[in-house]
Amino acid sequence: MAEMQRVGEVIEASTTGFVAQCYELYQMPPLGSLVKTRDQSAELYGIVYNAATTSLEPGRRPIARGKDEATEEEIYRSSPQLLKLLKSEFGALVVGHRQGDRLYHHLPPQPARIHSFVYLCSPEEVNEFGQSFDFLNLLINSRLPVPTEELVAASLRQMSQAYEDRRGFLVAAGKELAILLSGNLNQLKAILGRIRQ
Amino acid sequence: MTQQENQRLGIVVSGSLNKGVEVKLDSSASIEDIAVGRFITIEGQKRRFFGMITDVSLGLIDQKLALTPPDVSDPFIAEVLAGTSTFGTLHVSPTLTIGGDVATLLEGPQPVKTVPSHFSVVNLASQRDVELVFGKEDKERFWIGNPLDMETKICLDLAELVKRSNGVFGKSGTGKTFLTRLLLIGMLQKATAVNLVFDMHSEYGWEGRNEQGRKVKALKQLFPSKVAVFTLDEESSRRRKVSTDFVVRIGYDDIEPEDIGLLRQTLNLTEASVQAVYQLAREFGDKRWIEATLGLEDGDETKQLLTRLSIHDSTYRNLRRGLETIRRLPFLLPHTPDNPVKRILEYLDRGTNVVLEFGRYTDITAYILVANLLSRRIHAQYREAMEKAIGEDATPPRPLVITIEEAHRFLNPEVASQTIFGTIAREMRKYNVTLLVIDQRPSGIDSEVMSQMGTKITCLLDNDRDIDSVLAGISGKSELKSVLSKLESKQQALIFGHAVPVPVVVRTREYGSAESYKDFVPKDEAEAGKQAEKDIEELWG
Repeated sequence: MAEMQRVGEVIEASTTGFVAQCYELYQMPPLGSLVKTRDQSAELYGIVYNAATTSLEPGRRPIARGKDEATEEEIYRSSPQLLKLLKSEFGALVVGHRQGDRLYHHLPPQPARIHSFVYLCSPEEVNEFGQSFDFLNLLINSRLPVPTEELVAASLRQMSQAYEDRRGFLVAAGKELAILLSGNLNQLKAILGRIRQ
Repeated sequence: MTQQENQRLGIVVSGSLNKGVEVKLDSSASIEDIAVGRFITIEGQKRRFFGMITDVSLGLIDQKLALTPPDVSDPFIAEVLAGTSTFGTLHVSPTLTIGGDVATLLEGPQPVKTVPSHFSVVNLASQRDVELVFGKEDKERFWIGNPLDMETKICLDLAELVKRSNGVFGKSGTGKTFLTRLLLIGMLQKATAVNLVFDMHSEYGWEGRNEQGRKVKALKQLFPSKVAVFTLDEESSRRRKVSTDFVVRIGYDDIEPEDIGLLRQTLNLTEASVQAVYQLAREFGDKRWIEATLGLEDGDETKQLLTRLSIHDSTYRNLRRGLETIRRLPFLLPHTPDNPVKRILEYLDRGTNVVLEFGRYTDITAYILVANLLSRRIHAQYREAMEKAIGEDATPPRPLVITIEEAHRFLNPEVASQTIFGTIAREMRKYNVTLLVIDQRPSGIDSEVMSQMGTKITCLLDNDRDIDSVLAGISGKSELKSVLSKLESKQQALIFGHAVPVPVVVRTREYGSAESYKDFVPKDEAEAGKQAEKDIEELWG
């Protein structure tokens, strides 16, 4: 298996999702990408639904510093402490897990553990995970701060990159969505509009 | 082979035995490739079902989609929605079960008594399935055509066919004549029956013409030793260079009062005139009455006779005018040297098929008169022979099939009870005589006669009454109705009844090319015929 890219560490976890903090500021995985983390017995798969960069201390808001600087990069160069005072975090929705050799597209028995490492999945893993569209149901039915259709579309766009036949993958996913969203045509149209090739 | 074996179409989603089952089409199968009339198999849990597609429709998962249609100009969206939000449904009527249980294995396909369970897979029937149901071409089965979009041969069970009266229907120009010619060839080829064809337009005996005006061979050219051409119009036959075997002449003494009764409509006779015919026949005798009546001269004597027979003068005038029309038919003579009925029977007894050409006399009066007159005599002889055969345990006469065109003239509700054809259609099966009825207005045929027909072959019909009368009494009528009205106007026919296990739409086999002729005449027979000719030549030097 290819060397996995470590993107962060779990700092908050529940059955349905986890929040991870990135090691480097702004080095967040893209919206909708598939990440995984390890529990003792299982590997948990999550889809990145949200990311944020905030001050380390909740009470201290960053202030504008660039008045006398020529470029944005200059700001960070002249105040290197900024990189230590800010943090980037992302939230992932748990959409499946692997136990032993088997991949399950439903919630794991245990949530992730704090300080577990979070990795970006390799294209091979994304490909394997995308063989079943059962995770779409989890995405659609979750209550998240981001619009569902945005998240679904983003995750499918991301996932399709792992496939040679991108269009074929998206059509198949679209068909699954058409069935799941048979009662909500507006949502279906919105998603299809965002993933069409 | 281009035909994909067992191509999957979809799954059963609902249905009933009476109304047939609904099949949701898979998104991979295009609804535009599906045609009504095609055969399918349904893989039930315990049995395989065989049936026909009778309707195709479009479904929507949500009615809102119909109100706000998505942007299908985008191929991606169109592809996603096809088969999911929008899908095709097929209406299928399962008619047989094939394979699966013991009875089917032993006795072949069985009629359905149940429906397949939910979500059974539906496939297009494979060549093998169709062969299993319709059988292969053999001694008794004749290849009539192919199912739609398939190369398999659909075979008619001719032994079963000739046991009952049959009908060929269709609008003018849809290929009735070609179909009939095929059926006749089939009967000749398999020698299941002898035929007597009343050939109104002289197109079955020697040669006919197709729509493009090209000549096509007819029976005598294909089976010279098995077919005799009789003619009413020698001159026309000679002009068309047809070698005829016998010239039919009919004497006045052959015409009986019943024959006139049948001509009531065409001769415009009143009911009283028909009654008068019987009185005159009683007065002058069955043999002489026409001659005697036509010989009556205006005068006191005639008046006295009419008064004595209580025939009104206007009735007499009406009848007389009718008889004059008959007298003008050139093939009618006061006396004939030969008896056509005897001749026809001789040929039929030998197993030779007889085609009677009408030449120029395509007038319906001539046709009805001759067909009815000859059939009545032949019917009487057959009846006698059959009764004798039953009494003496001898071999019964060969099954005889009488082909009549414009059948509604003989078999309409008003005359069907009087004509010999009505009787044959209703009961003559027992006496080995059946009819092959050709007609373009089946609604004009008595419903009792229609209901007795064993096998009906129908080309395109578009009049509702005609369609209803052809399909009367058959199960799944409404489904077949949609199939029938969607037939192509050429070379397609719906066959249902005794000779086929399930109703079937066929593309009739090719007729008219040298290749097709070769197929019609069995090879060994053609050679045997040549050998026999050679033997005869040698024998007589």
